Amino acid sequence: MSDRLRVFKTYKLYVGGKFPRSESGRVYEVTDSKGNWLANAPQSSRKDARDAVVAARKAFGGWSGATAYNRGQVLYRVAEMLEGRKEQFVREVADAEGLSKSKAAAVVDATIDRWVWYAGWTDKIAQVIGGANPVAGPYFNLSSPEPTGVVAVLAPQESSFLGLVSVVAPVIATGNTAVVIASEKAPLPALSLGEVLATSDVPGGVVNVLSGRTAEIAAPLAAHQDVNAIDLAGADEELAKELEIAAADNLKRVLRPQAVDYVETPGIERMTAFLETKTVWHPTGSLGASGSSY
Amino acid sequence: MAFEYAPAPESRAIVDIAPSYGLFIDGEFAEAADGKVFKTVSPSTEEVLSEVAQAGAEDVDRAVKAARRAFEKWSALPGSERAKYLFRIARIIQERSRELAVLETLDNGKPIRETRDADLPLVAAHFFYYAGWADKLDHAGFGADPRPLGVAGQVIPWNFPLLMLAWKIAPALATGNTVVLKPAETTPLSALFFADICRQAGLPKGVVNILPGYGDAGAALVAHPDVNKVAFTGSTAVGKEIARTVAGTRKKLTLELGGKGANIVFDDAPIDQAVEGIVNGIFFNQGQVCCAGSRLLVQESIQDELLDSLKRRLSTLRLGDPLDKNTDIGAINSAEQLARITALAEQGEAEGAERWSPACALPESGYWFAPTLFTNVTQAHTIARDEIFGPVLSVLTFRTPDEAVAKANNTQYGLSAGIWTEKGSRILAVANKLRAGVVWSNTFNKFDPTSPFGGYKESGFGREGGRHGLEAYLDV
Repeated sequence: MSDRLRVFKTYKLYVGGKFPRSESGRVYEVTDSKGNWLANAPQSSRKDARDAVVAARKAFGGWSGATAYNRGQVLYRVAEMLEGRKEQFVREVADAEGLSKSKAAAVVDATIDRWVWYAGWTDKIAQVIGGANPVAGPYFNLSSPEPTGVVAVLAPQESSFLGLVSVVAPVIATGNTAVVIASEKAPLPALSLGEVLATSDVPGGVVNVLSGRTAEIAAPLAAHQDVNAIDLAGADEELAKELEIAAADNLKRVLRPQAVDYVETPGIERMTAFLETKTVWHPTGSLGASGSSY
Repeated sequence: MAFEYAPAPESRAIVDIAPSYGLFIDGEFAEAADGKVFKTVSPSTEEVLSEVAQAGAEDVDRAVKAARRAFEKWSALPGSERAKYLFRIARIIQERSRELAVLETLDNGKPIRETRDADLPLVAAHFFYYAGWADKLDHAGFGADPRPLGVAGQVIPWNFPLLMLAWKIAPALATGNTVVLKPAETTPLSALFFADICRQAGLPKGVVNILPGYGDAGAALVAHPDVNKVAFTGSTAVGKEIARTVAGTRKKLTLELGGKGANIVFDDAPIDQAVEGIVNGIFFNQGQVCCAGSRLLVQESIQDELLDSLKRRLSTLRLGDPLDKNTDIGAINSAEQLARITALAEQGEAEGAERWSPACALPESGYWFAPTLFTNVTQAHTIARDEIFGPVLSVLTFRTPDEAVAKANNTQYGLSAGIWTEKGSRILAVANKLRAGVVWSNTFNKFDPTSPFGGYKESGFGREGGRHGLEAYLDV
């Protein structure tokens, strides 16, 4: 009797809560660190990128309008789902990054903990960076952070899972929606993350995952008039400059690539980079001339 | 029976404008390297006020080098010492505020009532506010030891010359940066007077450098390889150009750009207060305000009543000599700006909107534009979409709060908005949905140094004022 033949997975994009193949019908070969074939990943086109923006925009109202408490629970639910699928991700990360099983397991643990960390931020960030301002006049005013909108995220190229989650979670924790370009060389953990998100109460369109050639997909996103911000983490210097110039066209918020140790506990910069501050004013009343009761 | 006002002019004797000024580099006034000069005129009379050195690329380089040299010592000073310099500056501004108000009115054309009661108090307040931060930066929420960036290149507009200078320079110095600032070519004088205030305050040489000049000097400053931080307030088009210039560099960038603010009046609004707010929203500083409430969205059921009140109120506005203390509306800042406003208003008429202005005699010399109101405006009209930056109000209507929000947000800009209603829950619901950096409810055009100000979308990024304003000048 021969060994059982393994069932391969057809990896697909995650857009608008669904799992389409690339509109272009293209795939590209993904190999492990030793060059062995792992899968044929979808090679997204410009049209896929535009579809993802439409989905992200559609999801923005509901996601940004959800209570912070609710968003926190949804994010925590993602961590729960990840925990249950740990083995799959350990294998995928080990393959993608050439890590031993135990090192890959440590990366996956850290990644799940990162989700939990951001899940706890959703209902605290406003208190930490917003608040009442002591105006010199008869006015009350309050500054609150608000999500900037649709954020294009170029996931880091090397850290296929921890790096990916470290750039996606802060974007959506604060109420933005995301179009994420997976690591070009190692997209499989990102595509599998889409499956987790789909089963985690994250509304369709809040996170959209594309795989393919980073430069090809990023160009239309950087130039897209309905994208509000772009995280260039996964761009090399030359591409980053080109995309930043394109992003100037509608004054996107740009987070430039920087050296990040994704193992370290992050600061709040990845969240604040994609937040606006809204200050709402109102006159304060007077209780009148009698002045006795207070 | 009509009451005539007696003239109540503020004396201009308090301000002594020299016939010529140099660039302020490394604590000294100097001629431009190529010897170029330009004239600055009073917009209300077209009188030449002074001749000012015109900075070029070579001067920018000299000023950046001076700022770089000064940075080492300035950033190493204990915050408490930097704070004292800023407190000194704030105090001197208060002492000289009458002089500066008159100067600003002469050079900019805005009424003395505004420079005296709005601009100057806010200028001093900004220096006071940020002075106090200089020795408390580790409590500002950016980590235990936030560091300055280095040399800040700052380009400011002509609508609030001294206030924009304060917004830029106060947080930059408090955080330990040194600055090279380019004031606008039509309003260079108050920045040059500020250079004298730096001298009086004993500010170390090179910490503040002032380069009057045109757009080419601004472009050279923004592009200078030894500038670490760029801050710009001005038009969206120039903002985009600057964003392209700094792309691929490590320069930190903040932009305060244009707007097309919606002022939303619901049917239960207190009409008289709303009318005052509308007037303040669009006719303050002749409408030359990036956060001006230039789109009035009025609930259909009260349109007639509101417009009647508004027209009655506009008929009482007094346009004329900006130095007269009774003047509400001063001169447009420049012939160029007047031409732009005129062209856009004509386009409004050509596209079918209905134009109205109160009976209003315009002075014979200087740059003037009567307060103007357009009705029958739709969202597709140019005057409802493009920033006019002048005393021109477009009136649109709506029926439901949802429609008001949709129309208010239907713009590439996202700087300011106003809401007028007696219903608190409606204020909060609408404010929550508006995509704008500042929302004034039952008031308009209020500013305070403690309060962050800045835009969504193409109105730019970054915030000025408050704790948030420190971030732009810190390595965080």
